[in-house]
Amino acid sequence: MTLILGLITGVLFGAFLQQAEVIRFERQVGAMRLMDMTIVKFMLTTIVVGSIGIYLLSDLGAVSFAPRSLSLGLQIVGGLLFGIGWAIIGYCPGTSIGALAEGRFHVVWPIVGLLLGGIVFALLYPAIQTHLAPIGSFGSVSLPELLGISHWFVIAALAVGAFFLFRFFERKGL
Amino acid sequence: MKITSQARPYVYGALAGLLLTASVGIAGQFFGTSTTFPRAATGVLQLVGFDLSNWEFAQVRDGALTGLAFPNWQLLFVMGIGVGAFIAARITRTFKAEALPQMWVDRFGAKKGTRIAYSIVGGVIAMIGARMAGGCPSGHGVSGVSQLGVSSFIALAMFFAGGVVTARILYKGGTA
Repeated sequence: MTLILGLITGVLFGAFLQQAEVIRFERQVGAMRLMDMTIVKFMLTTIVVGSIGIYLLSDLGAVSFAPRSLSLGLQIVGGLLFGIGWAIIGYCPGTSIGALAEGRFHVVWPIVGLLLGGIVFALLYPAIQTHLAPIGSFGSVSLPELLGISHWFVIAALAVGAFFLFRFFERKGL
Repeated sequence: MKITSQARPYVYGALAGLLLTASVGIAGQFFGTSTTFPRAATGVLQLVGFDLSNWEFAQVRDGALTGLAFPNWQLLFVMGIGVGAFIAARITRTFKAEALPQMWVDRFGAKKGTRIAYSIVGGVIAMIGARMAGGCPSGHGVSGVSQLGVSSFIALAMFFAGGVVTARILYKGGTA
């Protein structure tokens, strides 16, 4: 059942990504060149709606979750490395599969690179865990916990921030 | 009803947010894709008879990070993205066979070898970074930030910081 749900969720998500045009090279690199903010609009809208949804479920006691562990070393170094690679290939892991499915066959090379990167990461894994992971390691911590305020304040701030950012993008034609 | 191109990212972004909520509520699963890549790659190595048993990576949670975790929710999710994008592209006639991205050709020319070399190097860097950070734009960006995790806010900011600077270096002087 879990597998079937995974497939159904993936099919719907893939269709949404394709229809929003966010799986295109021009949209991804366009965002990083600060020319086309389509992917930022898509991501931020998903985040605002998703955060309201999952925190509502959590407040109702239907689900419980803990954010991914915080390690400044891993997130800063890993995040920057990902960004560098992302700008070079023009796709992220999820969108690469979608792009292949809509005919952008040149994406097989970035996919080969991502798979090879998986093996290189596996070989580097012990060193990363020993040297990088302990730097600024704080475990699972959410922004509302850190600030000591209700999660709804943080979500409201996120929504208002997204609204003004979107208004700015639309006025500038980005 | 026709969705204007201006409204598209917002409408489908909101639908994706509802889908994430449903997935968490029904299956208890957050979106994520990048873990599937090292699992697939190590799975292929195992399949061709490569012995990974003395790799520390393969010993974590009895091989949960390798191909031994298949089939699982995320593998089907990743495959589903391909199926869904293919169906949507076919129905809306937006499926387009493309040899190289136009924006790339405008900047770097139509030589295939150049694109292949950059793609493989860039792909390796991107995947090392994603797994090091603990997620990619779907796992950290969408799922993690929706959970308001501090780690995910930092990771997402770093993705864009690294991306914007690199794009600036790569495409400087390129036509807008």
